[in-house]
Amino acid sequence: MRRAFWIAAALVAVGVPLLHPNSYVLDVIAKAYITAIAVYGLNVILGYTGLLNLGHAAFFAIGAYGVALLEKNAGWPFWPALLAGCLGSVVLGFFVGIISLRTRGNYFAIFTAAIGVMISIVLTNADKITGGNVGIVAIPPPPNIGPVSFADDIPKYYLVLAILVFAVAVCALVRNSLVGRTFVAIADNEDLARATGVDVPRTKLVAFMLSTFLAGLAGGVYAAYVGFLGPDQSGLDVTFQQLLFLVVGGIGTISGPLLGTLLLEGVSQWLQGVQQYRFIIFGPLLVVLVIFFPHGIAGGLARLQRRIAPRGPTPSARTANAPEAAAS
Amino acid sequence: MSTTRSAAEATNGAPLLDVRDVTKRFGGLVAVDSVSFSVDAGHIKAIIGPNGAGKSTLFNLISGFYPLTSGSMSFDGEEIAGLPMHAIARRGVARTFQTTSLFSHLTVLDNAMMGYRMHTKSALFDVLLRTPRTRREERESRERAFEALRFAGIEPFADRVAGSIPQEAQKRLAIAVAVASDPRLVLLDEPVAGVTSEETDAHAELIRTMARRGHTICLVEHKMNLVMGLADSIVVLHHGRKIAEGTPAQVSADPAVIEAYLGAASHA
Repeated sequence: MRRAFWIAAALVAVGVPLLHPNSYVLDVIAKAYITAIAVYGLNVILGYTGLLNLGHAAFFAIGAYGVALLEKNAGWPFWPALLAGCLGSVVLGFFVGIISLRTRGNYFAIFTAAIGVMISIVLTNADKITGGNVGIVAIPPPPNIGPVSFADDIPKYYLVLAILVFAVAVCALVRNSLVGRTFVAIADNEDLARATGVDVPRTKLVAFMLSTFLAGLAGGVYAAYVGFLGPDQSGLDVTFQQLLFLVVGGIGTISGPLLGTLLLEGVSQWLQGVQQYRFIIFGPLLVVLVIFFPHGIAGGLARLQRRIAPRGPTPSARTANAPEAAAS
Repeated sequence: MSTTRSAAEATNGAPLLDVRDVTKRFGGLVAVDSVSFSVDAGHIKAIIGPNGAGKSTLFNLISGFYPLTSGSMSFDGEEIAGLPMHAIARRGVARTFQTTSLFSHLTVLDNAMMGYRMHTKSALFDVLLRTPRTRREERESRERAFEALRFAGIEPFADRVAGSIPQEAQKRLAIAVAVASDPRLVLLDEPVAGVTSEETDAHAELIRTMARRGHTICLVEHKMNLVMGLADSIVVLHHGRKIAEGTPAQVSADPAVIEAYLGAASHA
């Protein structure tokens, strides 16, 4: 069932440009994929490890500005710039992490929110480097691979899709591993994790760095995909939007970040005429979801699946997936 | 069983755990007041005392959950006072908590696998690259976890979410998580609190089996019949002080102990 879901999703994702070669629709979906990569990052730290990083968008911005500046000012090609952007985000994650992870619960959220705001302010005001509020324009797309040019919509779409698949694969591998279990164990019962010999601060730092890597990756891809960049991408509102996508999709699940992002980005497009009022719809939607689907769409689907096939997968298959089912 | 070891060879005759003049103050309250005792390898040591005597606090000090105010503790000849909790755990001190503490949203199997986690070295890159080491360690963790679940008699629950299994099974799971780490010393904080008397007997047998497997046991318990039938020796705490120590027979005849218990009972 789970495999069938992913195969269907992959077929749809690969098939979209062929079925619907409308460049506007394709662009909306590709941007949603990029956002989903960042939401996967948020899921690692919040959904798995139980820590709310309210500065998540700032790490996205570090990756984005890293790629933009290295390409524009230093003349780096896209791929090394992307690697450097991710690295920049992870290094910042390391330093923010070793300080902020000493705090627990709400204090961690407040601390990271402050870091996010500070980075936002720096990006806005260091206008000699970042272009301030104007931002950076004409960021080159990734270089051609053979005859394929990433200035074209369809190759760009597939490139973003490939990076999304990479991000999902990373999360799925981690989640079902000894390391991922340790993340989830910390979120579940930190004291017992310590009693079983887990170096909790160190493990949290690893989770935090992995999540900032995914944020930086999303940011770097965003910069080259869209071609221009402003400090508005680093704000607290962006983090809250990603948080909304995660909660709606299903916190701690593998499919949730993608489902939530696609659904809400789709609804946003649909509500474009009433752009500034869309939260009037999002707000109640969120309330309804939290009441009826506390584990988001992914959790709702898992419940539906159990109802249709109560004694579903074989016990051995269930062992690997059970923690996710439990979380979803 | 592979984990059984000879108690004497493990420690060369010296006690496995040696607690010296350990004191813990919370503000003005002296919860544990200059307590000394030792636990010999392979033995079952019980710590008893009326409510508020400082038993659980003592466990929290030994396991590194709280820092000591003063005193020293050595485990297998090495000083462990001041080490973080996870470092003490990795030296072979496992513990359970008074209110059954589990990873309640994880499966029973995953709980036990977490018990074995300290023996695995898989880091993020092993996992992302699916290295042979991480494959081997995952298989090994699963095997050791199943072994621990079988030992505790809860293997049929393996795929269930830990928070959803019966209370008594949860208590067994807490023991399985501790045993999965193959500890030298297990600290059991009220292992049978809230368990019926038949189940208490089964738990006592489980604890005895743990000791036979080579795990040294130190337990805090209120149920005197369990303690008397189980422990090789007993430490009695009262108001944070050690008031008696000895075999079950010696301790139950000790006037200071009788006084402490009757005194406590009349307040209850």
